[in-house]
Amino acid sequence: MIETRNLNKSFGDNLVLNNINETIKKGEKIVIIGPSGSGKSTFLRCLNLLEKPSSGDVLFDGINITDKNANVDKLRQKMGMVFQQFNLFPHMTVEENIMLAPVKLGIMSKDMAKNKATELLIRIGLQEKAQAYPNQLSGGQKQRIAIIRALAMSPEVMLFDEPTSALDPEMVGEVLDLMAQLADEGMTMVVVTHEMNFAKKVGTRVLFIDEGIIVEQNSPEGIFENPKNQRLKDFLSKVL
Amino acid sequence: MTALYQSFYDALIPDGRYMSYIDGLKITITISFFAIILGSILGSIVAIMKVTAINYKIKFLEFLCNLYINVIRGTPLMVQLLIIYNLIFTSRNTNEILVGAVCFGINSGAYVAEIIRAGIESIDKGQMEAGRSLGLNYLQTMRLIVFPQALRNILPPLGNEFIVLIKETSVAGIIAVTDLTKAAQYIASRTWEPLPPLIIAALCYLIIVLGLTKVLNMFERRLAKGDRN
Repeated sequence: MIETRNLNKSFGDNLVLNNINETIKKGEKIVIIGPSGSGKSTFLRCLNLLEKPSSGDVLFDGINITDKNANVDKLRQKMGMVFQQFNLFPHMTVEENIMLAPVKLGIMSKDMAKNKATELLIRIGLQEKAQAYPNQLSGGQKQRIAIIRALAMSPEVMLFDEPTSALDPEMVGEVLDLMAQLADEGMTMVVVTHEMNFAKKVGTRVLFIDEGIIVEQNSPEGIFENPKNQRLKDFLSKVL
Repeated sequence: MTALYQSFYDALIPDGRYMSYIDGLKITITISFFAIILGSILGSIVAIMKVTAINYKIKFLEFLCNLYINVIRGTPLMVQLLIIYNLIFTSRNTNEILVGAVCFGINSGAYVAEIIRAGIESIDKGQMEAGRSLGLNYLQTMRLIVFPQALRNILPPLGNEFIVLIKETSVAGIIAVTDLTKAAQYIASRTWEPLPPLIIAALCYLIIVLGLTKVLNMFERRLAKGDRN
């Protein structure tokens, strides 16, 4: 579904991603782990071109989206993204947040989008917050709404960029539960996270990135119970 | 006391002098109104061009925007007014009010551009990213997500700029426009008492500015929704 070929990214002289070749298949739940500054967020953001690769290609459903003529906006509609800082639109109500993209992009009528928003809000048990503004919500509520805002576009893949890192500890669970639910329903997911238990439970494949290279990748069992690379061992001994 | 009353009476009533103030006021308001509109449009366009040029590293466009902003902000308004009046509109039957409105509009546009640019840049980059990640294009995200939020930060300095602009139109007299200030000066030359007409003119400016301030405050309050905690 998503493929990167010789993906490089550097900021100035700082090489952040070093020649990454990786294929993500439909239905996979990829969890990316690694120390801070290792390039895992940059890798994720290159997948939907929020970060422009310095060289190399990103293919989505066989289309080269790094190509100059590719319609990136169209392709992004199929790639939902959830951010560490939620990035809800503070000047709109929760419902408007969810309805905005489907309506403005002409995918749904206003009524359809409203129904969809209600349906999604009921699903996460926040239907009474439809008319609330983001600032009136807790962090966990904000992040769950950010997730369903992306879902309203019926994406084929969801990218999560450290979705629980900005949350108070007691709210991490509700967000991870929703993500696990999505995974159960068969959503293709790429998750950058520090939640190792989530990686173990939900991940189908774990990538360990360090210094811009995928140093080791394996099933969760393989990564956590039988790590081979020394840097992965060091990393795991610190976080587990 | 009666002398004071008499001098204000002379400045206002005989020969229908109050009509001169009203005519001057009309011109001042006309010039201000069209200058504000022109300045806002011009400023918005230049601001969006400059922000886009910076984001997409279009050096030439950024240079053009900066050229306009720097030249306009770096030269005195009165000199600009005289240059435009003498150099560009040299024909006999020049519409001075139009020249004034255009000149003040072009001048104000440079300040408005910087105000709007600063407002747009004050919005967290994550908002643009969130909009783009949903599939909205750059301009849609700007228009629907970034700009409405920036407006809250833009409005106070923008109101300030409008207030400055209204008062600056008082130099329009040098291009033979009989605006409020000029009207007051004409009456002073008739009554031989310069202070009363000038004070009347000052009061008129004060009233316009206070009215505008009220309207702007109303807008600011309306935009503050979503801030409620």
